[in-house]
Amino acid sequence: MAKTIFEKNSSGRRGFTFSNNDVKIKLEDCIPQKYLRMNNAGLPEVSELDVMRHFSELAHMNYFIEKGFYPLGSCTMKYNPKINETLVRNKGFNDLHPFQQEDTIQGALEILFELQSMLAEISGFNQVSLQPVAGAHGEFTGLKVIKEYHTAKGNTHKTKIILPDSAHGTNPASVVLAGFEVVEIKSNADGMTDLQDLRDHVDENTAGFMLTNPNTLGLFEKQVKEIAQIIHSVDGLIYMDGANLNAILGIVKPGQIGFDIMHYNLHKTFATPHGGGGPGSGPIGVREDLTKFLPVPLIGKKRDKYFLDYSHEKTSLGKVHSFFGNFLVNVRAYIYIKMLGAKGLKRVSENAIINANYIMKQLSKYYDIPHKDIYCMHEFVASGTWQKEKHGIKTLDIAKRILDKGFHAPTIYFPLIVSEAMMIEPTETESKETLDEFISAMIEIAQECLENPDLLKNAPVDTPVKRVNDTLAVRQLNVKYDGTSQDV
Amino acid sequence: MPFISNTDPERREMLKAIGVEKFEDLLVNIPLEFLQNKEISLEPAYSELEISRKISKLAGMNISSSQANAFLGGGVYDHFIPAAVEHVILKPEFHSAYTPYQAEVSQGTLQYIYEYQTMICDLTGMEISNAGMYDGASAAAEAILMTVRKTKKNKVIICGSINPNYLEVIKTYTEGIGIEISVIPATSGFVDIQELNQEIDDETACVLLQTPNFFGNIEDAFAVEKITHTAKNALFIVCVDPISLAILNAPVEYRADIVVGEGQSLGNAQNFGGPLFGFLATSLKLSRTMPGRIVGATEDAAGKRCYALTLQAREQHIRRAKATSNICSNQALCNLAATVYMALMGREGLIEIAKQCTTKAHYLAAAITKIEGYKMAFKSPFFKEFAIQTPIKTEKIISQLKEKNIFPGIDLKPFGHENTLLIAVTEKKRKTDLDLLVSALQEVQNG
Repeated sequence: MAKTIFEKNSSGRRGFTFSNNDVKIKLEDCIPQKYLRMNNAGLPEVSELDVMRHFSELAHMNYFIEKGFYPLGSCTMKYNPKINETLVRNKGFNDLHPFQQEDTIQGALEILFELQSMLAEISGFNQVSLQPVAGAHGEFTGLKVIKEYHTAKGNTHKTKIILPDSAHGTNPASVVLAGFEVVEIKSNADGMTDLQDLRDHVDENTAGFMLTNPNTLGLFEKQVKEIAQIIHSVDGLIYMDGANLNAILGIVKPGQIGFDIMHYNLHKTFATPHGGGGPGSGPIGVREDLTKFLPVPLIGKKRDKYFLDYSHEKTSLGKVHSFFGNFLVNVRAYIYIKMLGAKGLKRVSENAIINANYIMKQLSKYYDIPHKDIYCMHEFVASGTWQKEKHGIKTLDIAKRILDKGFHAPTIYFPLIVSEAMMIEPTETESKETLDEFISAMIEIAQECLENPDLLKNAPVDTPVKRVNDTLAVRQLNVKYDGTSQDV
Repeated sequence: MPFISNTDPERREMLKAIGVEKFEDLLVNIPLEFLQNKEISLEPAYSELEISRKISKLAGMNISSSQANAFLGGGVYDHFIPAAVEHVILKPEFHSAYTPYQAEVSQGTLQYIYEYQTMICDLTGMEISNAGMYDGASAAAEAILMTVRKTKKNKVIICGSINPNYLEVIKTYTEGIGIEISVIPATSGFVDIQELNQEIDDETACVLLQTPNFFGNIEDAFAVEKITHTAKNALFIVCVDPISLAILNAPVEYRADIVVGEGQSLGNAQNFGGPLFGFLATSLKLSRTMPGRIVGATEDAAGKRCYALTLQAREQHIRRAKATSNICSNQALCNLAATVYMALMGREGLIEIAKQCTTKAHYLAAAITKIEGYKMAFKSPFFKEFAIQTPIKTEKIISQLKEKNIFPGIDLKPFGHENTLLIAVTEKKRKTDLDLLVSALQEVQNG
């Protein structure tokens, strides 16, 4: 295991150079002694080479898109084009301060204005706010729009948000954060929203309904019209979790089929890098009468000049970010959309769907695939139940064995409505050969369950570390380096 | 098509293997009326060369602070970033990796997060740090929610010297969920201790203080702490500038319960205000109410030291509606930049930066206040940012100085302070840059 950077400390080593301070004032003359720190912070003292070697060593222990296939369902781990990284590294963006005067930020505002319009056009909504910086942040913002909508009408009794049991965990968490109550309804045998259960739970207190479409089983929820009718009949709003937008670009516009609000995950659909967890970007789109509730500012345009538009400040839900959201992530998405164009975006979804169905078909003999008789969209959910029942192999074991085969594991144990779930999303950027290699590996693993189950139970073995003990990490909580050597 | 591997013949082969003739056959489950028969209306696709030209042109329409002599702060600062930071965060191993849920193939990410947490704990003196929030504003908002959960009280006191943008975000997060926000005035540039004393009571969940505050002033956190902890179980949240912690009191010294702040200053560019990242650190006894990801050290099956996400039972993917926060995607790569930055700077480097910021800011303040009509807006010790009362409308100064390529600071008029200019100074400023601002202000005065 790599030593921590703290263990590489050598007193007096320097990783920086400084210009001399040409102002001759003493610190003690600036700040009263009472406010000065007693002991120095214990940051390491290392050279630049130490630092570069250290992080290279850490980098070698990671899996990443350019190394191999990442079939993570719901996460859309597509390739992140290099041109984005080159183009966003521009002083005209990086050295731009959010408090600059409007006439010095026209280029930035033009990009944001155009991105608002492009995202609105792609999804069929009226206006888009680029302020939320992550999908869950978008959910929270969208739910706040719902809150403002009902509050403006004096409908304070609208306290409940309904969502299906297949929803992402962020949905119920966002509902609570936004001050609503969660009402969970069942999915039917086809993996779709159970309309009867929905009708049974809708009442005058229903503020809205959240739905992922395609849903987390990778199936298109075809009853959107009926759902919209039910929810709109009690003046509720329908929110679409846009995590799976990659499946329907140029095919379906959510804003035109009954959805009132949606968030986009630019770090999924529009190819901005995941960065080991972020930064992403989670803009929201809304129908026309909800525009006035969006966060301030929006980006406006008047006579060829772009401006920060605070004109709806009185009705706005407020701000959800210190400034204008993850600007630099938004620029990457802008570049990506410009490079794909309408035809390219549609092709993205087509190939994402073909890739997913191709894998599903080939694996259907080897794994239980609950909805294999319905063509999936951009992803599908397989289950490890056969392996568990016949051989005592858990889906976790299968996932760890997949790591040994040189692939990242699928999303596992989600959605919760499928037992031993493995959610597989190949994305459009993967080639047929890669998919074939993955399919072969999955078939081999199914075979190993029969012949050598220990291979799975002991997996992974070909990874930088063996199976990691999660429980110990909680039981003996150690969340910072405390000076004892970790070089075991 | 760009970034799509499969060719048309490959597509056909795959469709055949699936058992359909054409792509459209895969869409049978989508109601016909939902299907778009019109193409999305976008410009024709750009080539890589064309988009490069377009982006260069758009970026060139901005006047960046590196082309000007800029003194802008207010939450985002122009600190120097060593080249090595960029080289590390551009490594695809970090850049194109997913959240480290599969620990066996994510040790690189997990270990740097552990190191990041350690560094934040070192700076703040706290026992546990999470691995990042969206920004300083949402970190402050989520810290408030922690205290409401922990104390089961709903009154929140915010010292009014906080960054007004943070206050806006906090209001969005706390509105409509039964939390009562009370903002203590700070008309003198720092919080009114008397008012705070009157406002606090046993219904108080927390007091939130920013120091150095929005105006750059160093608040008396010791005094605010004392008052906070007179109320039963009330918790003390401070929002701090991480660079300041190299020289100013570690929050543990004034017994803060939760420490939050904006981390951009640590190795991340200004980027027009995003991505930023928030940090949040606290004591172990509050760990189970924390939002966000946390990494812990553990062992693998061979008994070797390694790392894993820990305390996940707080998070949305496990606890759903009962989670401590909805946060999922965060700002991980910005945390990495901060980790590399702090490693390069080390304890001495960070102290040097903080000293240079402070002394240069004080030199500039002294020089500006020698100009007739200009004086300090507030009487309080300050760190790297200070407010100046201007003899004429601040916006007039800003627009005149823009002609000379100087961005003198932020006009505080929208935030309730007429004729007040908020000036930020980082270590990047040379004496000549400071003197240029002074002489430019003199000319505005004279003209």
